[in-house]
Amino acid sequence: MKVHEYQARELLASAGIPVPPARVIESIDDAAGAYKDASRDAGTDLVVVKAQVHAGGRGKAGFVKLVRSASEATDAARFMLSNRMVSVQTGAEGIEVKKLLIAAGVDIAHEYYLAVTTDRATRRNVLIASAEGGVEIEKVAEENPKAIIKTPIHPLMGLQGHQAREVAFKLGMKGKQIGQAVKIMTALAQLYVDKDCTLAEINPLILTPPTADAPDGQLLAIDAKFNFDDNATFRHKDVQAMFDPAEENPGELRAARMGLSYIALDGSIGCLVNGAGLAMATMDIIKHHGGEPANFLDVGGSASEEAVTEAFRIILADGTVKAVLVNIFGGIMRCDIIAQGIINAARNVENTDGSKGFQVPLVVRLEGNKVEAGRELLRAAASDLPTLQAADDLTDAAKKVVGAVG
Amino acid sequence: MPVLVNADTKVICQGITGAFGAQHTKGCLEYGTRLVGGVTPGKGGTKDDNGLPIFDTVRGAVDATGAEATMIFVPPAFAGDAILEAAGAGIRLICCITEGVPVQDMLRVRMRLDEINLAARGADTHPTENLITLIGPNCPGIITPGPKTGRGDSAGDPYTDSGCKIGIMPGYIHTHVSESRLGKTIGIVSRSGTLTYEAVWQTSQLGFGQSTCIGIGGDPVRGLDHTACVELFDQDPDTDGILMIGEIGGADEEDAADYIKRHVKKPVAAFIAGRTAPPGKRMGHAGAIISGGQGTAESKIEALRAAGVSVAESPADMGRAMAQAMGMG
Repeated sequence: MKVHEYQARELLASAGIPVPPARVIESIDDAAGAYKDASRDAGTDLVVVKAQVHAGGRGKAGFVKLVRSASEATDAARFMLSNRMVSVQTGAEGIEVKKLLIAAGVDIAHEYYLAVTTDRATRRNVLIASAEGGVEIEKVAEENPKAIIKTPIHPLMGLQGHQAREVAFKLGMKGKQIGQAVKIMTALAQLYVDKDCTLAEINPLILTPPTADAPDGQLLAIDAKFNFDDNATFRHKDVQAMFDPAEENPGELRAARMGLSYIALDGSIGCLVNGAGLAMATMDIIKHHGGEPANFLDVGGSASEEAVTEAFRIILADGTVKAVLVNIFGGIMRCDIIAQGIINAARNVENTDGSKGFQVPLVVRLEGNKVEAGRELLRAAASDLPTLQAADDLTDAAKKVVGAVG
Repeated sequence: MPVLVNADTKVICQGITGAFGAQHTKGCLEYGTRLVGGVTPGKGGTKDDNGLPIFDTVRGAVDATGAEATMIFVPPAFAGDAILEAAGAGIRLICCITEGVPVQDMLRVRMRLDEINLAARGADTHPTENLITLIGPNCPGIITPGPKTGRGDSAGDPYTDSGCKIGIMPGYIHTHVSESRLGKTIGIVSRSGTLTYEAVWQTSQLGFGQSTCIGIGGDPVRGLDHTACVELFDQDPDTDGILMIGEIGGADEEDAADYIKRHVKKPVAAFIAGRTAPPGKRMGHAGAIISGGQGTAESKIEALRAAGVSVAESPADMGRAMAQAMGMG
């Protein structure tokens, strides 16, 4: 689960990590007031207006703007709240922006990268730091891997002071910066564990230029990104409350509510499979035979009639689907029962024109317990489900469904 | 002697009175597994529908039955605790079927298990029988097939004689070597459930038996990994070939490829699921995600091929890739 930048900032602030003053607004009318507040708090006329969406590419799309007056802030807010944001990550239809973050601009002497994530190879949470912040860390990792400092964190002891100090020194920090950095790193590592994150990232963590009050400058978190372990949100009511359904694909959201695992993709062949590994493998075999999968969909081990019906609805709601492949390995459950469920679901599924019954080609591959009885049922159902074909095996199924799309 | 479990393995079920636990306790009994009891805190002293004794604690179950293996069906929030309870009670093989265990829980659990094993290892370098093995979580379990009795499907009249199934896999698709056409056995290790069944089915159809099949699970932090299972199969005199089914995410398959290259003489075949999966999207399993360019199917396939592994291009060809690796294709 992901959250918005403004929510990430709130999490950082709650952990004692300094962030520049900011406001969140939802209407154009509030932009001028928010500008004045942010500007006054920070003692600067430079303020940044940022659209609150999960998708990246905001800057290039014109949805992050530096403004120097209340009227400029209002203009920026009007643009962002009345236009859909289209970026490389959103697709052509773009996404609606509902909230804006209005934050005081800060002078930057240096940009750092700081994150905590879990390294599955060593089975440890790791602190990742770099003095080359502000850019994509993947790029730094690729071009200059030595610029990335990785520090393993003990699962019970947490990040130790000496570890954080060592990182700060390696980042080239000095004087009072060290103490500030240790505090930020320790807080971030603790927050990561406390909230069951899978990523807690500050990029950039900036150092302000020296002032009379702060001769070594001040470290501030400018932008942050958090991902949470979906398996652990049950024990974090506050994290659940940050969930924004508007950011999710409607099909994926609907599937999740039904306990199905669904991911929309760009192709034309819908897939309905039991088991995540087999679902991935089914996408692969479609591609292997020249087709393009329209989705990943795992209906779960039992493949019940209710689950299959709902899965068909979700797949068919994607208007680009030209054919559907059902691939079920009937392990514990008998293939004849599964086949009857698929037939009933195919008969009852509603089309966009209000009629019932499957209209696009439907190829069904069953294997396992009582498979012959299952195939017999599928063949017998062909009279009222003319688009239904039973496949002999996995390869046959892939060829049939790719052939049906043409 | 197949890998990790056999006809003599005494098994208990943690969460035996839950719907899922009860259903699969019955399934394992019917297969012929030596299930000797179960654990549900607060229900100790009663019996389940099969007449198996229920205990309040794993320690109580072990003391009374001599159980050495457990299958865990408790809800995700309690799974980590259930694993550590089993470890503390002297259980040697812990099979955690539960799906959805938080990653941070598993980090702590794995660290504790590693500590216990490190302490048990002491000065002796090869006392594997004293070490605790965790399979899963989020896995189908482990099965060593037995010869079919040709009779029933009930606890009193089990499906196999001397088979041991610990988990949720369909038992009937597996083939004991005595009933295989080719008289050769495959050891199968996989991160995915239904894809394992697919591989078992294909190898059975081609005339192979299976020595043992291990579903190691789809989570990022887990117990046994591919490398450990490949090592077990390589050392098992009753396993003739090894079939490894991986998926995108992590570096488990690359590590196994490295091990195979350096140590394994037996034929190895593999399939990697997720060639078409886009980066950053979690494909059902918590562990199946390509992030930061790591864990792609291509890198895994390349590493395996470089180690001399026969890699199936299509999931329909897992059995054939195995047969080819064994010179029988």
